[in-house]
Amino acid sequence: MGASDRLMTTDLEELVRYHGITQFLYHEARLQDEHRFQDWEALWTDDAVYWLPANGENTDPERDMSILYDNRSRIGLRIRQFLTGKRYSQMPVSRLRRVIGNIEVLGDEPGGTRVTANMLLYESHRRGQIMWAARNEYLLRQVDGQWRLAFKKVALVNNDAPLTTMAFLM
Amino acid sequence: MTEATIALPARRQDWAHLIQAEQVHGSIYTDPDIYQEELRKIWQRTWVYVGHVSEIPNANDFIMKSIGPDPVLMTRDKDGQVHLLHNRCPHRGNQVCEKHRGNQKSFTCSYHGWNFGIDGGLRGYPFPSGYAQDKRKELGLGKVARVGIYRGFVFGSMAAEGPTLEEHLGGAKDAIDNLCSNSPEGEVEVTSGFLQHKVMANWKFVMENETDGYHPAFVHASIFDVADSQIGTLYADTSTAVTRYFGNGHSEVDLRPEFRKRDEPLSWFGTTPQKLPDYVEKMNAAYGEDKARKIMIDGTPHIMIFPNLFIAEIQMFSIQPLSVGETVQHVTALQFKGVPDFNRRLRQQTMGSVGPAGFLLADDAEMYERSHRGVQEKNPEWVYLGRGSHRERTDEHGYRIGHATDDLCSRGMWQHYRSLMEAA
Repeated sequence: MGASDRLMTTDLEELVRYHGITQFLYHEARLQDEHRFQDWEALWTDDAVYWLPANGENTDPERDMSILYDNRSRIGLRIRQFLTGKRYSQMPVSRLRRVIGNIEVLGDEPGGTRVTANMLLYESHRRGQIMWAARNEYLLRQVDGQWRLAFKKVALVNNDAPLTTMAFLM
Repeated sequence: MTEATIALPARRQDWAHLIQAEQVHGSIYTDPDIYQEELRKIWQRTWVYVGHVSEIPNANDFIMKSIGPDPVLMTRDKDGQVHLLHNRCPHRGNQVCEKHRGNQKSFTCSYHGWNFGIDGGLRGYPFPSGYAQDKRKELGLGKVARVGIYRGFVFGSMAAEGPTLEEHLGGAKDAIDNLCSNSPEGEVEVTSGFLQHKVMANWKFVMENETDGYHPAFVHASIFDVADSQIGTLYADTSTAVTRYFGNGHSEVDLRPEFRKRDEPLSWFGTTPQKLPDYVEKMNAAYGEDKARKIMIDGTPHIMIFPNLFIAEIQMFSIQPLSVGETVQHVTALQFKGVPDFNRRLRQQTMGSVGPAGFLLADDAEMYERSHRGVQEKNPEWVYLGRGSHRERTDEHGYRIGHATDDLCSRGMWQHYRSLMEAA
């Protein structure tokens, strides 16, 4: 096998891995769109952090107010609240469809693989039709041969403006 | 012969009809003419909460705030004085400041270069020979007529005359004092930034809900069911907590009777002294153990200061109307000076509870919006506020009180609202 063959093999491996990551993100997006809360919860690792900053992309969640800053147990609480059937802000649920694009694999680090993407989401609710747009950042980790979410940050482009209720999965 | 005519509002409201002892007319939440009249008679006249001094700690600090739908710059000059300025150049009306906050000695209008001090005074303008006289004394940024500060909370009134801030606050001052005493240094700070939660509903639905103790058992049942929360019992039929009307539109749900029954410091906050040892130590050192214990049993107030400041135990909301059917709740965690361990917990709990995704506020917001749509139906025409009329009583300070779940606070707000709207 020559040098160019090895290069081809490496490229192919990267493509397959990239494909796996994109498929995982699309899967996550569909679970969110379809309010499959329990299936979505199962995507998270035990040390998960789920973060929606407010007032910019690079605030300090340990100091500044965030729209949402959940550890694993608070993610679980969010799911259980929804499942009571009394989470009125999602009764009826918002109808949602989102597109995940511009997916870039930034590289590997000790906790997993850093990935960023753009997200565009259309929401239909009694209060109106709302477009949400965000820069998403993920730390994905392989657990038992499956990709898992260790960290997800959703930086809405208008997170410094007044925002309507979002009790669905962002 | 013709008489001089005076421009009247589009139509005169019959306030005595719209606001009765135990019911208000649904249109009062949705009528655009009424909203315009509220801007003139409430938001541009009475004392409105604007911001907190800790948001502009240094000379030349400024931050963009609001009074009703209008932006207002809150600034601090080199002598430490706080100013509330309208963001409008006196020349051609351009907005002079586009930043949310910052520190600078002056504002320069981008349109023709007019320059204003942090106190709003006109300091200079390009090509001065174009004006026959010096305009610096005559023109400047508009100032909110009166600025009042109580324990660091900054209020503005666009009316040059009227009750003083302390007269306006009345009994609400004690609640603010009690709040501040939860800091070993006696000061609240607002340092975490705000979430802005927009609801498609009239601002009065938001205001009334803040001291409505009837709804939590239902609207928030989902989180009470799954979180290890004791909040539900505070608003149960069997609760010993009371609603209190202070006058001037201010009201509270006083939860202290329940907390005193528990007799456990920090139970109000759902925690124990063991979990916040630094905080407890500093409180004991500041107040002595007996007084500190009492403060930590009573906790912080749950008070709605008319028309827009809601202090909700661990967080603070400022209510801003944008239009008759759009309102923003600006919300942040209360922070107490000198106690980082306590403050971290306050932020964590606040972020869980409030804002567009909050365990509590998302569902409150849903109710405001459903109410706003509901009152547009005409049968019945009225919103009924009679709960607990038969059991209202007067406390030792002369304030009207009722059961935690009664409509007493709303009834009080509406009588005050009526007095403001009936004024010329």
